[in-house]
Amino acid sequence: MTDMTLTLEQRYPAVFKQSALKRFAPLFGLIAVVLYLLYAIWFFALPTVISQGKWDRLGDYMQQWIAYDVNAEYRLDGPTIVGKYPRFSVLGKDPHPDWLIPREGGYSIELGGAGQSVTFTQTAATLTNAGASVDLDLTGPEVRVLTQDPPSWFVVKSGEAVADMGFVGDVRVSTDRVKFRKRAFGWPNFLFDINSPFFGKSPGEVTSLIVSGPDLVADTPNYALAWDNIWFNAQWQHGDVWTKLLQTIVMAFAGTLIGAMVSFPLAFFAARNITPNKPVNQVIKRLFDFFRSVDMLIWALFFTRAFGPGPLAGIGAIALTETGTLGKLYSEGLENIDDKQREGIASTGAGVITTQRYGVLPQVLPVMISQTLYQWESNTRSASIIGAVGAGGIGLKLWESMRTNSNWSNVFYMVLLILAVVFIFDNISNALRTRLIGKAQH
Amino acid sequence: MTALAPSASEAVRTVDLAWRHLARQRRLYSLLGFGGLALALVWSLIFADESNAGHFMERLPHLFDFLSWLIPHDWMDVPRALFDLPTPADNGTQEFNFPEGRVDLGAGFYLPEYFYLMLITINVAMVSTIVGFTGGLALCFLAARNMMPSFLVRSVVRRIMEVLRAFPEIVIAGLFAAVLSIGPVAAIIAVGLHTIGALGKLYFEVIENIDMKPDEGLKAVGANWIERVRFGALPQVMPNFVSYAMLRLEINVRASTIIGAVGGGGIGEELKLSISRGFGAKTIALIILLLTTIIIVDQISAYVRRKLVGDAAFLIHG
Repeated sequence: MTDMTLTLEQRYPAVFKQSALKRFAPLFGLIAVVLYLLYAIWFFALPTVISQGKWDRLGDYMQQWIAYDVNAEYRLDGPTIVGKYPRFSVLGKDPHPDWLIPREGGYSIELGGAGQSVTFTQTAATLTNAGASVDLDLTGPEVRVLTQDPPSWFVVKSGEAVADMGFVGDVRVSTDRVKFRKRAFGWPNFLFDINSPFFGKSPGEVTSLIVSGPDLVADTPNYALAWDNIWFNAQWQHGDVWTKLLQTIVMAFAGTLIGAMVSFPLAFFAARNITPNKPVNQVIKRLFDFFRSVDMLIWALFFTRAFGPGPLAGIGAIALTETGTLGKLYSEGLENIDDKQREGIASTGAGVITTQRYGVLPQVLPVMISQTLYQWESNTRSASIIGAVGAGGIGLKLWESMRTNSNWSNVFYMVLLILAVVFIFDNISNALRTRLIGKAQH
Repeated sequence: MTALAPSASEAVRTVDLAWRHLARQRRLYSLLGFGGLALALVWSLIFADESNAGHFMERLPHLFDFLSWLIPHDWMDVPRALFDLPTPADNGTQEFNFPEGRVDLGAGFYLPEYFYLMLITINVAMVSTIVGFTGGLALCFLAARNMMPSFLVRSVVRRIMEVLRAFPEIVIAGLFAAVLSIGPVAAIIAVGLHTIGALGKLYFEVIENIDMKPDEGLKAVGANWIERVRFGALPQVMPNFVSYAMLRLEINVRASTIIGAVGGGGIGEELKLSISRGFGAKTIALIILLLTTIIIVDQISAYVRRKLVGDAAFLIHG
């Protein structure tokens, strides 16, 4: 065993006795990366940024992706208790939800079943959460807590009793009103908004209305009305979202195709074996580099200024960037062809175009189409991002919905649509590429 | 197509007929394909034109209008804007307030504003590439068929990577901008998460193509999973991994510029402001700086990749 090692060591001294630099190169690399990260932590003031972050918002917004809130207020200072729902409440103009239970002289509001609720009259209120209850007396000028040692989810802040019931929401009670925020899973009013005549009807009722019901609006068939209500749903804006999604798809498709059409002939002039003219090769290759390096963002900003915001700007930006990228890929493909076929065709007296068509194209076309499909796929993703700088499509809508910080369920709806589109186009492009060049090469 | 000689036998005639039939069919399919593509393009352009704020034909004569604001009155303003030097054209407006925004380094030295913004963008790109490299490295061995026998683990890890890759970066940036306030850290998280997914996919494909003999040897001497990964697989894949990370760095410089433009800070935001307000000298200075940086990063990355894996690094990978 030892002898074996010795002979190996003698036979391959270079493997066993490398220079210190070579032996410790990975270690040095690791140290450099760690040092750089320490610098980056200082540069971005990471501890400060992280500690000042409003991390409770993260969970809150992510809950809003798949949940909705009902905010309302019940006034206690009038002759009777009056419920006030905001104008655009998801429950409609006259809500009678089943979690609002009339009691003698008041109401019970069950945020999360009977175990997480508030029961109130004009003079007293009881908050129930996590197996404990807190009784409040509302007759005095200030809220008076009757329960000894109230639980930790209950606090009194500036004359207001606040019960934080976790996911299901919170209740705020003062002597003149009960305010609550109730959160529940789901996307309410996804099909019909509160102004639609179909609002609040069960799927069965809607179906029977559409199939055989009397016209809800004179001179409009019910199916047309239903479609119109869905398409122009004020809360979810399906029509606008799907149009913008189509814009994004169109931007990627038209941009990539135009880029391919422009770069295809240019690539023949850039390839040194096809056009044996050094200056022409160099000029066109540098042109490709320029289009590629200036970057989609800059082109998008310029075209937004030239054509105004919209998909034209996006198409222009993608087309120019793609001219550079595809031109480079095409010309590299052309430079790697087998020249014998081309010579063979040329030797039969074929013209320039015919030579390219029968001597060059059959060799490179499958690879070129495959590269174009790959770029198309990747541009579908980029198009949704550059949209946000004004180049049209769903990116801009996404960014606007996020900026208001209130529409996270709409944001998630659009994200799901983008994910679906990316997934579908990935699969189409993969299937086409596999058929073109076989599974092994991509 | 020339006709056959009359002396051709019956068999030759049959073959000829079949070939002609096939050729006709192929030509028909090609024509249909091209026709369909052309129609789709024309429809796309009409649709895009209709939903655009300005229309193509109306705006076309004004396409080069931007040159009128882009070209500065005094070309010396471009280096002045780049290096934050005062200009004689200074009239107190934001267009010519070059010296403002200097980053003081002490002892009379300063870092010009645009270089500082570029540094932010580069740092965002580098940190997110390192994050992506680390995350991709940690995940990829769990997704490769030859290193992870459990189908369940493999598919879960692959789905995670797919979602990370396809999830729109601006949504992650927007979400974290709401938490951490608008700035480069939100951009790092967005670009970094995307990079984990993108690199993870490339990495597990590399692992699935390695030579399994070292792994078998390690198995034979009783090495555990970590040791097999460390001494059997990692030495084979590391050059490729670093090469892909460098390629990703090129992409991330561009990505962090774009995320910057939609509120992640850095040079992208400044460029967007400058173009939308029509500041000629500032815009040109910014583009020169950005273009130079992108070219330098691309060159360094190409050099490192060529050293590590040779020309194989320049083949396209899907």
